[in-house]
Amino acid sequence: MSKNSEFVKFDKVDKSYDGKVLVVKDLNLDISEGEFITMLGPSGSGKTTCLMMLAGFETPTNGEIYLDSNPISNIPPHKRGIGMVFQNYALFPHMTVYENLAFPLKVRKVSKDEIDKKVDKALSMVSLTGFENRMPGQLSGGQQQRVAVARALVFDPAVVLMDEPLGALDKNLRESMQYEIKHIHESIGVTVVYVTHDQGEALTMSNRIAVFNDGKVQQLSSPDKLYEEPVNSFVAEFIGENNTFQGEVSDISNGKCKVKLKEGEIVANPINVKAKGDKTTVSIRPERALINPSQKMDNNYKGKIEEVIYHGDHTRVRLNVLGNPEFILKVPNSSQNIDIKLGNTINISWNSTDARALDPK
Amino acid sequence: MSSETKQILTTDGIPLEVSLKKAEKKNKIKAFLLVAPLLLFLIITYIFPIGEMLFRSVDDRMVTNMLPKTFKAMEKWDGKELPPEEVFEAFYLDYKFLVEKKTFGKLATQLNYEKNGFKSILKKLQRKMKKFEQGNYKEQIMNVHKRWANVEYWRAIKRRAPDITYSKYLKAMDMYENEDGKISQVSEDRRVHRILWLRTLEIAFFVTILCFLMAYPIAHLLATLPMKYSNLLMICVLLPFWTSLLVRTASWMILLQQQGIVNDFFVWIGLVGEENRPEMMYNKTGTYVAMTQILLPFMVLPLYSVMKTISPSLMRAGKSLGGTPFVAFWKVYFPLTIPGIGAGCLLVFILAIGYYITPALVGGASGTLISNQIAFHMKSTLDWSFASAMGLMLLTGVLVIYWIYNKLVGVDNIKLG
Repeated sequence: MSKNSEFVKFDKVDKSYDGKVLVVKDLNLDISEGEFITMLGPSGSGKTTCLMMLAGFETPTNGEIYLDSNPISNIPPHKRGIGMVFQNYALFPHMTVYENLAFPLKVRKVSKDEIDKKVDKALSMVSLTGFENRMPGQLSGGQQQRVAVARALVFDPAVVLMDEPLGALDKNLRESMQYEIKHIHESIGVTVVYVTHDQGEALTMSNRIAVFNDGKVQQLSSPDKLYEEPVNSFVAEFIGENNTFQGEVSDISNGKCKVKLKEGEIVANPINVKAKGDKTTVSIRPERALINPSQKMDNNYKGKIEEVIYHGDHTRVRLNVLGNPEFILKVPNSSQNIDIKLGNTINISWNSTDARALDPK
Repeated sequence: MSSETKQILTTDGIPLEVSLKKAEKKNKIKAFLLVAPLLLFLIITYIFPIGEMLFRSVDDRMVTNMLPKTFKAMEKWDGKELPPEEVFEAFYLDYKFLVEKKTFGKLATQLNYEKNGFKSILKKLQRKMKKFEQGNYKEQIMNVHKRWANVEYWRAIKRRAPDITYSKYLKAMDMYENEDGKISQVSEDRRVHRILWLRTLEIAFFVTILCFLMAYPIAHLLATLPMKYSNLLMICVLLPFWTSLLVRTASWMILLQQQGIVNDFFVWIGLVGEENRPEMMYNKTGTYVAMTQILLPFMVLPLYSVMKTISPSLMRAGKSLGGTPFVAFWKVYFPLTIPGIGAGCLLVFILAIGYYITPALVGGASGTLISNQIAFHMKSTLDWSFASAMGLMLLTGVLVIYWIYNKLVGVDNIKLG
């Protein structure tokens, strides 16, 4: 059976709450069956609104959403058969864990034996067997979270929506829950639409990530592509760390371009620049710039060390390069002894393919 | 596990418990001194009056003290026939003493509570007594009025002999202790109190239900509307609170009277004819309408404070899991509002059961409650012990309701804010 690559489809969706500002602008997004897709973006970027429209709690102002090729704008939430995990879990505080999980089955008039079986299965999936008779208030945050996930999955929905489900957990728990959710997704193959503003979460869990800003999808691609090949300066800025130079294209040829800065000139990879004279932001990942590299690179400069911060596994070095005093380097803490001291001047190099000339900020 | 618990010592070797108590003592005294004024205030204004009321409702020493000789002489009388000469003589002496002290009026009032008709014959006796001769008081007294020859009246006096009586409680239940000491009901046409009790319960019950039905949607709106609308609505709910109770009741009188605005409106839209405007005041309808309006905020506020804490995502969760809006409401939202419903209903019911001003003004004859009867005895008949007895019965009723509520819902589940 071939998987439907347009299992969920947003088709030219606009959304406005007050008739003045568009929260979501002309959204076109296809989600294929069994995919784990993350909507990532700063708050107010429209990602949660998209999720709410898919769940049925908001209606699109324009356009249509399709679920398995059926338009769903006029279907009320309870008939959509979409599971949802809420930001604050939204467990029913007056029901036991069992009753919480049985709720979606009971309203579907599933028989008692079947309910028992499914609740058992769902609880063992999130390793909470034996917690049936606890009240949600007696569970820790992580356990509540797992109950919420189990409840969203127990009635075998085609799509599960998760709205920043790990936001309230502490860091360690959040990381272990990320893996847990990822494994559950892999084992049952349900389509997951996940909303978060935490890029680390998005990168570890997703098949594809849609980066939202200003009501628009800025880039939709796999995590590695998103990090390695951001298509515009917002994505480069939002995902991971990044060193930027503002400048003007002075020459463009053979898939390379020269960018003139206030001080000096660098060779870069033209992504969003077309012609000579275009303003641009050049973005370089901190780990792509190396100190005294062994092989030859086409960008070589000197920088003065302004600040050294010890991070355990690596050291962050702030340099002043080409008039940019905020240039960050990540140096792995290995036995290799480089003379990193405040005030020293060192040689740094990078390949022009890693210096992406994007749109100006 | 060893059953022995090892005593833990502080570094100075003093047992930890002792040390802790010592350390806490100062704070405890401070805390007590802080609450002491309120405690004193409560004792003086609350505990003491209730105790006083309890005492007054059963206290019957007044008559006992006024007729000491009579009751002593009556000890030997079996109450079947007219009392012997000694009783009459003792009564004459007691009464003469009271007449000289000019406190005989009180006796007349007290005895009249016991049996109607005492007042006039005591007055007559007081007038005729001046000409009494020594000896044979029985005949002389019986000649004053024929009722003095009626054994019933003497039995009535004897019934007032004990220091403590529960006759007021019986009276409040339309019962009395008859000549043989049996508890029996008063004749049917005089059973006023039981009707009042039942009416009080009925009105309090239905007012609570009406308040609940109206307050629930209001509170829900208040909790879910955006700030700018909900503030306005909140002011509308609270506005009656800031208006005097009398003004509100009076405005209902203006609205509900037969030539009032509501009736005018009904006639204008052709609901009723000009000739037969319905009576909406001085009956139960008036009491229901006015009391529901006045007690509504007491239901809205506890409900609102509970609903405010219910996350809107719970209803969404209910819907997204497949529940219709009704199922989501009934299975998820409604159970979570029960603490507020309990608090609101208890508050409104307890307030309604003792409501006084509104039924007095708009209730008329068929819309007055037991509290109006209590007030009547406090102000008009001055039978304070009877009023106290009814007041205590009301208080007991409230406590019983509270107890039942506690058994059913649990007091911990009440949320007032």
